[in-house]
Amino acid sequence: MSEIPISWFLTLSAVLFVLGVAGFLFRRNIITVFMSIELMLNAVNLTFITFSYHWKQVDGHLFAFFVMVVAAAEAAVGLAIILTIFKNRSTLNIDEVETMKN
Amino acid sequence: MDAFIIISLIKVLVVFAVLMTTLAYLQWVERKVIAHIQVRPGPYRVGPHGLLQPLADVIKLVTKEDLLPPYVNKPLYLAAPFLAITMALLPISVIPFGPSIHVAGYQTYMQLTDLNIGVLFILAASSMGVYGIALAGWSSNNKYALLGGLRSSAQMISYELPMSLAVAAPLLLSNTLSLHDLVLTQDGGLWHWNIFRGPFPQIFSFIIFLIAAFAETNRVPFDLPEAENELVAGFHTEYSSMKFASFFMAEYANMITVSCMATLLFLGGWSAPWPAAYGSGFVPAIIFAVAGLVALYHGMNAARGRDRLTFPVFGVIFLIIAAIFLLPMVQDWLLPLFWFCAKTGSILFAFIWIRGTLPRFRYDQLMGFTWKFLFPVAMLNLLVTGLLVAWFS
Amino acid sequence: MDAVIFLVFAIIAVVCAINVVIQSHPISSAISLVGVMGSLAVLYLLLGAEFLAAAQVIVYAGAIMVLFVFVIMLLNAGAETRKGRSFMVQLLGVPLLVTLLGLLAYIVQRIYPIGTMVHFGGFTHGTPQDVGRALFSTYLLPFEVTSVLILIAILGAIVLARKEMD
Repeated sequence: MSEIPISWFLTLSAVLFVLGVAGFLFRRNIITVFMSIELMLNAVNLTFITFSYHWKQVDGHLFAFFVMVVAAAEAAVGLAIILTIFKNRSTLNIDEVETMKN
Repeated sequence: MDAFIIISLIKVLVVFAVLMTTLAYLQWVERKVIAHIQVRPGPYRVGPHGLLQPLADVIKLVTKEDLLPPYVNKPLYLAAPFLAITMALLPISVIPFGPSIHVAGYQTYMQLTDLNIGVLFILAASSMGVYGIALAGWSSNNKYALLGGLRSSAQMISYELPMSLAVAAPLLLSNTLSLHDLVLTQDGGLWHWNIFRGPFPQIFSFIIFLIAAFAETNRVPFDLPEAENELVAGFHTEYSSMKFASFFMAEYANMITVSCMATLLFLGGWSAPWPAAYGSGFVPAIIFAVAGLVALYHGMNAARGRDRLTFPVFGVIFLIIAAIFLLPMVQDWLLPLFWFCAKTGSILFAFIWIRGTLPRFRYDQLMGFTWKFLFPVAMLNLLVTGLLVAWFS
Repeated sequence: MDAVIFLVFAIIAVVCAINVVIQSHPISSAISLVGVMGSLAVLYLLLGAEFLAAAQVIVYAGAIMVLFVFVIMLLNAGAETRKGRSFMVQLLGVPLLVTLLGLLAYIVQRIYPIGTMVHFGGFTHGTPQDVGRALFSTYLLPFEVTSVLILIAILGAIVLARKEMD
């Protein structure tokens, strides 16, 4: 009762990843799409740390750390792009940002 | 296993009771000190010298009408004060108040739990505290509250950067993230404290940490987002009664947390300024005895009638406390506790003193100060500390 | 005890993740995503990754998501309206995703049917000392490159988001 098979962690990570893909494909609001990308990145982090536990090495933690850093940088730039799009087009619906011409 | 659970429960109850009382009476101390700085008596009528004023305030806040405005975003409106107070009270669970003690045969730390990432836990809890304020501002559906909430959260996350860098510098000297071990590395005397020791005394880190702590807890001179004469009342405009009290308690709990952190990181935690062999055990007894004698003297020659009743009582109480400090059986846990509380109390007094003295910054001055001055200075301080530690080790 | 902690926080993570995808107002999605990150931090603690758990809360939940919440509050975009989508997408969307999930779960079960068991204390080398040692010896080059990456991201964000000065 006090131990968990490692496949449960991997399955949880798969569920979170698929939910992230669902949000990414089905939502129209650009910020929600971006948050689904962050959800996918978190699922992948969980996989890295799970495998690091399995092989008893710390390198998986390092990979997850770098994923976090890159996600932070990407969030900053992505949100700046979203702010610019909102300033120019006044909409956050990605269906209406189809062409480069205004 | 059983003894561990029972001892932990007792510790939780003791710490919680002491903390809640301290929060209430910290407000009394603040009002009295600011009043005396402004040459007026402060709370004076409710109980002797206003000592029952916090009780009156609690009764007032609890019995006020707890209204839920109809135009707010209900889940976020109700969650925001809860988040704020939870994240403000969490760090108290890792702060060590003294060394390990023996209680009825069991040896335990004077600390609820000793994580080996204790410092990171406190930083994480203060990062999450931003949400309480941002969501309070947003959910109130009121442009003043939204502006106040956004400004306050932007200020808090901007000042988290120099605070984290100022926290990292003494960690280079102490080489551990666990708060108990951090104090153990500063044991031995004034010259072992992180602020005075090693290849690079951490005086700059201490000053940077205190300035960032003022901004993190939204205290003067950085309290523009919640000042009463700006933006109505900032992010807690639409809150009343117990929810407002939660934000208030969260602010004082944050103050206590950053003062405890400054004590643990820079001022040596519970260790005495000079070793006990040279008589540092008598310092608290001497301080309380002097306080008792001064109170008795003022009680004899008091101007106001009620002072002739209350001051001698205070004097006798202080003398009894001084006598307790001389008992040998309590000295191994009461003395470290006294030093910890004295250092934390001094920093809290500095918080209150500065509130009574300085005017507040304008918002753009505040943000310019952190990004253009404090953050580069904190980075430079960390670099110099790292360089000197690497050179001399 | 460990299994109870895992189940509780895994269920919280999945429920919050479903909430992220289903909610119409972005701010509710953002708060639910903070919930996902918090419960993932607890799961990292279960896997012995203490430094990563603290970094997850400090960096992800405490900085990145605050940035998201700020942008949502500043743009003040309302709830999303459901416009029409093509019939084919509505028909095939959810079944295809369920197929993807089934495939991933099947692969996981085939490779690791029982495998290693996870419990508190099974992996003790996730301390900040170990992560720091690996970070500054084996992974020094990626570390330096990510610092340059962060600098580029800061510059990009400032250039994109500032007001025009002319």
